[in-house]
Amino acid sequence: MKYLHLIWAALFRRKTRTVLTLVSIAAAFLLFGMLDAVRTSFDQAGKSANGAQRLQTGSKLSFIDTLPQGLGEKIAVVSGVKSVAYANWFGGAYQDPHNQVFTFAVSDNYIDQYPEVAVSADQRKAYVDTRTGVLVGEKLMEKYHWKVGDQIPLQSNIFPQQNGSKNWTFNIVGVLHPTDSSVAFYGQMILMHWKYFDDAVMKGYNNGQVGWYVTRVNDVNQADQVAKAIDAISANSDHETRTQTEAAATASWMKQLANIGLIVGSIMGAVFFTLLLLTGNTMMQAVRERTSELAVLKTLGFSDRGVLSMVLAESVLMVLLGGVIGIGLAALLIPGVSASSGGFLNLPTVGASSWSLGIALMLAIGLVVGAIPAWRAMRLNIVDALAGR
Amino acid sequence: MTFLFNLLVLVILAVALYVWVQLPWFVVLALVVVFAAWMALTRRGRQAASVTGVGVSTLKQRLGSSSVVVIGIAGVVGVLVALLAMGEGYAETLQKTGSTDTAIVMRGGSAAEVSSVLNHDSIVVIEQAPGVARDKQNKPIVSGEIVVAANLPVNDGTPGDEGSVQVRGVGEQAWALRPNAKIVAGRMFQPGMRELVVGQGAQRQFVGLQPGHEVKLGTQTWNVVGVFASGDAYDSEIWGDANVIADTYRRGSSRTSVFAKLTDAKALDTFKAALASDPRLQVDVDTTLNYFSKQSEGMSKVMRIMGITVGSIMAIGAIFGALNTMFAAVAARAREIATLRAIGFRGVPVVVAVMLETMMLALLGGVVGGLLAWLIFNGWTASTLAAGTTGQLAFTFRVTPSLLWEGLKWALAIGFVGGLFPALRAARLPVTTALREL
Repeated sequence: MKYLHLIWAALFRRKTRTVLTLVSIAAAFLLFGMLDAVRTSFDQAGKSANGAQRLQTGSKLSFIDTLPQGLGEKIAVVSGVKSVAYANWFGGAYQDPHNQVFTFAVSDNYIDQYPEVAVSADQRKAYVDTRTGVLVGEKLMEKYHWKVGDQIPLQSNIFPQQNGSKNWTFNIVGVLHPTDSSVAFYGQMILMHWKYFDDAVMKGYNNGQVGWYVTRVNDVNQADQVAKAIDAISANSDHETRTQTEAAATASWMKQLANIGLIVGSIMGAVFFTLLLLTGNTMMQAVRERTSELAVLKTLGFSDRGVLSMVLAESVLMVLLGGVIGIGLAALLIPGVSASSGGFLNLPTVGASSWSLGIALMLAIGLVVGAIPAWRAMRLNIVDALAGR
Repeated sequence: MTFLFNLLVLVILAVALYVWVQLPWFVVLALVVVFAAWMALTRRGRQAASVTGVGVSTLKQRLGSSSVVVIGIAGVVGVLVALLAMGEGYAETLQKTGSTDTAIVMRGGSAAEVSSVLNHDSIVVIEQAPGVARDKQNKPIVSGEIVVAANLPVNDGTPGDEGSVQVRGVGEQAWALRPNAKIVAGRMFQPGMRELVVGQGAQRQFVGLQPGHEVKLGTQTWNVVGVFASGDAYDSEIWGDANVIADTYRRGSSRTSVFAKLTDAKALDTFKAALASDPRLQVDVDTTLNYFSKQSEGMSKVMRIMGITVGSIMAIGAIFGALNTMFAAVAARAREIATLRAIGFRGVPVVVAVMLETMMLALLGGVVGGLLAWLIFNGWTASTLAAGTTGQLAFTFRVTPSLLWEGLKWALAIGFVGGLFPALRAARLPVTTALREL
């Protein structure tokens, strides 16, 4: 620490070069920050403590097959089950059929299964009292400039009403505020009353069916047994079920979208390899240039190890500086990226885990790229170096 | 003054880069020819050539730092090309599905097949509409099809991992409607039997889809009897008899969509008008080519944006790396360059020489990166849950010549920016200062 000013001065000995290198490093870590945000957003989905208490039960046949409503009562009496709610896919679109909005028709107690999603008490009451009432995610409210009390038209691309029209009208009575990043997608969601939906939909379209059940268990450790018990209810019937924890269900869903981890990993590999080369090269140059200065330091009595650690500290400091700027930029840019993707990507800002992983990487890269120049500086022969040999 | 000059250079640079990215290959070729002619025929040009020669001959001594430029740019180009190849492969698979002389009819307002339902009466009306081609027995070439999803265990997953596959119930005319689809192993399913033929892509992705095996679809057990190949989106599907599938999934006589062969591409308007004016129907009509291309739009746009964003950020990193290297190279050769200028070489040849050197390194990097992307990723199979379908769509990364060309242009652009400022510095440094410099 005593020599920080010395290291700092050495770092900015050639301003242009250092600044250029810093920008390179910052660019690499900007990319790291963004990609890591993507990775964590896929990783985190459904992985909160509450998520582990929830089980999702869907049709074993496929995700578009439905289940009878009566199954809920049977699930409710399985031992270890605290409460059961159900939901159905509505397939809503706003203004344009391609402008899809995630809309679920849900049972009245559905939102109770998600304590991480906050709804104020009076809005909750208004929702229960209004047949055509919907709860809308806060991000969605912002996106379309809706306010509580608005009446909004939604098109369903699956379900027509009794009169054959696929245009539905709903009243916004409340706002969903996700308080945990693992349920962030509730900020983009609309929840409507399943009962209203089932009554109003054209005969023959739904027939009292539900899409999936969400069950809360009393004890997380018994989740697997409860899941098996739920599946056992409808084994060998014509509506066999598959019950998974929320995290497992989300993970298998994400896997179907694409192998995110592999793609992200290979990009990061390419980026860091490139970065290593760039910084390593700069450090080599810097040390080569300062040969005589380092020799003077040694003449003054700095030990071999002291010179080694100073050069190492310099390279670590450089990577840290650039890296922190890069990840900081990523943290600034990510909300913009999420917004411009129109709800397709919902990235969390750079979290503590991304920061710590990033900083660990910076330290490691700094040490690796500083190793050879530092080694050279340590082995420097004072007489030769001063003579310029 | 210096500041204004730098600003001007930046603005010109931005414009030049924008134009550069839009340039077609023949303009680039013409530029290269003009440049070569300048080098060979004018005095300045010959001077530039000789200065470049000196620079290139000393490259060996700067091998370490020069290879940084090459590898940095190779990294950018490799990643960019790979990401774009993913979008390209995805879009291509959907865009070559269907044709202009077959139509798909779905219930009005349905964004995709899976959300459409057509009842038996509508199907009969659609079959008899004008514009539909007929076969030798004068039967309309029409197939009422039903699309459902099924969960099957995936090939390279952990046990219990299931993926979604699109199951299509087809009529006997389905093959006439899709001349691309051919049985490549086993045999065709027999109408009325619980038999399936599977697409090649689906067979690769899911476990147990070999002819002779049994799979569970819905609540029933089915026999896989054949494999078909079509080279497009249908490759990811499983086909069975429409009536049997409708029974299994309790859909009665309704179907999700009707595919119709038209007498020719122009008959679409007649066909469409006839269906639109029929009060018994409320349907959307489109060519199959159009329908499938539209499904790919959103996703391939997202993939392309992702590729370009990642590529741009990496390119910024690489540009500064190149700048660094070339500044160092210029500094190392400052005396040499100043000597040249002192004996009468002008600024332009010096600028050109430094630029040429960087561009050559960049070109090398671009070639290496493109080659790597091609070697590693071309033909790589990936799959995703496609928009508008209920199953996995298998597609392969396609590293096309046009993508490689795009990658090369990026490489040269990075080289251009990375070389320009050091070159200007070399040309503008006062000779006396430079001669004194270490």
